[in-house]
Amino acid sequence: MTAPAQLDQPITDDDVTPDRPWLTIVWNDPVNLMSYVTFVLMELFGYPREKAHKLMLDVHEKGRAVVSNGTREQMENDVARLHARGLWATVQQD
Amino acid sequence: MRFKRSRRGVEAKIEAVEAAVLAQCAAELLELLGSGEEASGDPLEALVGLPPGDVTAPDDPALARLFPAAYPDDDAAATEFRRYTESDLRAGKRSAAFEAVATLTPLLEAGGKLVLDRDQAEAWLSWLNDIRLVLGTRLDVTEDTDVEDVAPDDPRRDVFEVYGWLGWLQESLLSCLDPRSLT
Repeated sequence: MTAPAQLDQPITDDDVTPDRPWLTIVWNDPVNLMSYVTFVLMELFGYPREKAHKLMLDVHEKGRAVVSNGTREQMENDVARLHARGLWATVQQD
Repeated sequence: MRFKRSRRGVEAKIEAVEAAVLAQCAAELLELLGSGEEASGDPLEALVGLPPGDVTAPDDPALARLFPAAYPDDDAAATEFRRYTESDLRAGKRSAAFEAVATLTPLLEAGGKLVLDRDQAEAWLSWLNDIRLVLGTRLDVTEDTDVEDVAPDDPRRDVFEVYGWLGWLQESLLSCLDPRSLT
């Protein structure tokens, strides 16, 4: 696992390089229940339980996991929804 | 107190003292969240509900956990994200905590049965998680924290007990809910 990439482009309303997708990352934290993280990933993204469980374990064991990818706007929407559920989520470009 | 499924949603038998502890937690969460209402200098921004100027990251570590930076390495982008999302985020968290207070108030006197429909159960899931994030941050909880390791005369022991109980309660509520039936 690597640290989040530094963005060196100026922030604009458009994706600067549309071929590089944006990612939503969920980070490990010591408070959220494992069952709750799985629940939220199923609820927000419609993932089957197995996929949500696997992502939760990645967060727990590796410290972070990519939970969705797409346009910057979509990822910001995903992060906002994850923050509403209390998960520690960030946006970055792949 | 343990949640179980009911026809309309979930329910739990609750003692008056449990209702009082939970109502106190919800009140503390509401106080921490604040109203978020500040006078806007720009009538246009006020009209569309955007906060004025820069919205900076909260200094309080517990608030910072509830309102994390979406771009950890890009302050400008993180600020812009906050500007567009934070007031809705705060409003959602406040609304869930208010729902908790409203459903607990009739039970403060003598306890009884807490009955939650699906929307109320989702609000409960949300506020229980938020207050646990606040208490966990205040207590510097780590992956290895075990309430049994906290000395009985430690002044934080009571808060640890409540924190542990809230986790148990949230687990109990989760076991009654189907993530595919919520929005």
